Amino acid sequence: MISLGQDEIAKYPFLAEAGQYLKDKGFTLEQFATDPDLKIIVDKAYERIESAAEDKTYYPELDDPSEKETTLPLNVFSFLIAIVLLKLSGLNTLINKFSLAEARRAEKFLQRDLVSNSDKTSEEFAIKIFRDIFSVTIKKTGDYFVIPIPDYLKHAVNFHEREWKLVNRHVENGMVFLSPRESVRLIRWKLSGYIGSKIKSANTPSMSDGFEDKVKRLSALAKKFVVNTVVTGAYPPCIEHAIEVLNKGENLSHSGRFMLATFLLGRGQTIDEIAPLFKNAPDWNEKVTRYQIKQLSGETGGSKTKYVCPSCEKIKSNNLCYITPDCDNIINPMQFGKKRL
Amino acid sequence: MLENDLKFLEETFKQYYFDHFDLIHVPDRSKEREYGYKKFNSGMIRHMSLKTDKDLHLMLMTNVPSDVFCSNGYYSFPNLPMAEKDWIEADLIFDLDAKDLNLSCSKDHTCMKCVSCAEISLVQDACPKCKSNKLDLVSLPCQNCISGVKKEVLNLVKILTSDLQIDDKNIRISFSGNEGFHVYVTNSSYNQLGSNERRDLIDYIKFQSAMPERFGFPKNNPSRTSFPDLGDSGWSGRVAKELFGSKSKRSKTITKIISDGQVAYQQKLEEMKNSIGVKIDSNVTSDIHRIFRLEGSLNSKSSLVKLVCQDIEKFNPYIEACLIEDKPVEILANFPIKFSLKNTKFGPYMNEKTSVPKYAAAYMVCKGIASISDT
Repeated sequence: MISLGQDEIAKYPFLAEAGQYLKDKGFTLEQFATDPDLKIIVDKAYERIESAAEDKTYYPELDDPSEKETTLPLNVFSFLIAIVLLKLSGLNTLINKFSLAEARRAEKFLQRDLVSNSDKTSEEFAIKIFRDIFSVTIKKTGDYFVIPIPDYLKHAVNFHEREWKLVNRHVENGMVFLSPRESVRLIRWKLSGYIGSKIKSANTPSMSDGFEDKVKRLSALAKKFVVNTVVTGAYPPCIEHAIEVLNKGENLSHSGRFMLATFLLGRGQTIDEIAPLFKNAPDWNEKVTRYQIKQLSGETGGSKTKYVCPSCEKIKSNNLCYITPDCDNIINPMQFGKKRL
Repeated sequence: MLENDLKFLEETFKQYYFDHFDLIHVPDRSKEREYGYKKFNSGMIRHMSLKTDKDLHLMLMTNVPSDVFCSNGYYSFPNLPMAEKDWIEADLIFDLDAKDLNLSCSKDHTCMKCVSCAEISLVQDACPKCKSNKLDLVSLPCQNCISGVKKEVLNLVKILTSDLQIDDKNIRISFSGNEGFHVYVTNSSYNQLGSNERRDLIDYIKFQSAMPERFGFPKNNPSRTSFPDLGDSGWSGRVAKELFGSKSKRSKTITKIISDGQVAYQQKLEEMKNSIGVKIDSNVTSDIHRIFRLEGSLNSKSSLVKLVCQDIEKFNPYIEACLIEDKPVEILANFPIKFSLKNTKFGPYMNEKTSVPKYAAAYMVCKGIASISDT
């Protein structure tokens, strides 16, 4: 466990052991639910979740001297009470939004710490977070940070923008060069995952009257995020192309067949509907085709694995992508034509 | 496959295995690997575990496989079903094949076999005998194909050792036994990477999805100095070399690139994957559970051996990987192209009965273009 000073805990409250922290400061959870003087903290905690739900980052001025001197570090307590409220609400949508917003907040501090040439301790602490929490060894080289390629790839695959692809990075001697902003951005998903998993694994306290109203309001807040979608019947261009190739009696590669069958299975078509599409293939064998589609559907096979349609990226690397503007930045063909109501 | 051919290949393969135990070994960490094999005319058997060379040799003698495979992945329980194997890590593997190079020589040594009537002819739209359009291509790769793939292998190794900083002690190159080469990277920090991460690495090696911004041409206000230099490391340097050729042409070329616009530059980068990207098979490298042909075993597509190459530049697969004996065998052959093995030329054959060394007979039967004669 990383040892934390007062400054660090305010910037990165998710690194603290919540229960232990309250105890060390001489508080109980009950006090927050009942003591009117502490109500301001519960209000702040609610605001923190609310702004996360609106995709805003809660970013109080930590440099405010009054905050530093106070015996009650508002930032840390409001974070811990926010977790209590989230646990009591049990709403995963809000936990995920909160984790992402908190990750963004921490990102700003991390970035500032990485470039704070005057403050070596902060820089070392930020590098330590990379190493201890995310197993990423970063080293400063001039204005850049360098990261071993395997470490980079483990995190960069979470991004769909082309700029994060290794081919679009400065690579030298097994290392990827990143600016401080990019270094921190690289671990955003892991950071929010880390915060989310800490929240999800925390014990749920029992409900107190003082929290009940806030928890109810959270439930109302979460209703906004239920999204209804409708799928138009249209096929994406990659699937259209694959069908066209088969119709012409030309050979469709193994990965093309995999893509087509998993896509149609995903759209709810049956083996009887899918198998005839392959009948013009040069190596058509109905029994084999039906067997293979059945395997993909998870109906048979040792592991009963249901295979899903590959991502656009994978399709692209197999030269099966025929992107059109209608694709509209989707990352998987299954999303083609999906519209929010 | 006809019964005579099947019997001939089984006997030939068995003899090879019996005579060449010295070439066939289990790889390192064998206990953690999954093995599999295929027999002639039947499907794949996998999820097997073999611990020692002795286990392997016994398996070869008992089952007489047409092809033998071993996983690039390491597992706690290699013989359990995939979901229960408990994957530990996997060697980084690459497959480079002549057919992916689109070489102009291929038309000289490719023929087609009709799926319906088995007629073999020069490549055309339909079978000359029964007019069917269900056709299989048969290629008998030549030295030019092998030289082409060797060049790709050397480019790959350069990227692995310089850009990826992989120690060349951990890189092993093998002739695949048919049309190309396999490259293994063992004991590296890349072993832990999953499939998605390997896919990103593949795009790097193939030079796919490159953005103009990364290679010096932003949307607005491109600056002449931001374009790559010939001395740059990694893709910047290779792109500069491809774009400018020499330092003296850099300035003039940049002027043209800027005036042609960003879209044209993007197109240029896109096309460069064909000229400077390494042509590896994406499906192989992204697979962390692959069972990959075992070194020392025979490839049933050709009857040549998958063999480790100590010096790839000097390696001649059509001599060194052709290890079947040369006792004469009577065959019936009918195909319009030729090939060379052990410095001897064979073909074309006009529906004729002829006597050839056993290694050539095995090669032709494996390729499906000749049969063992009844008499």
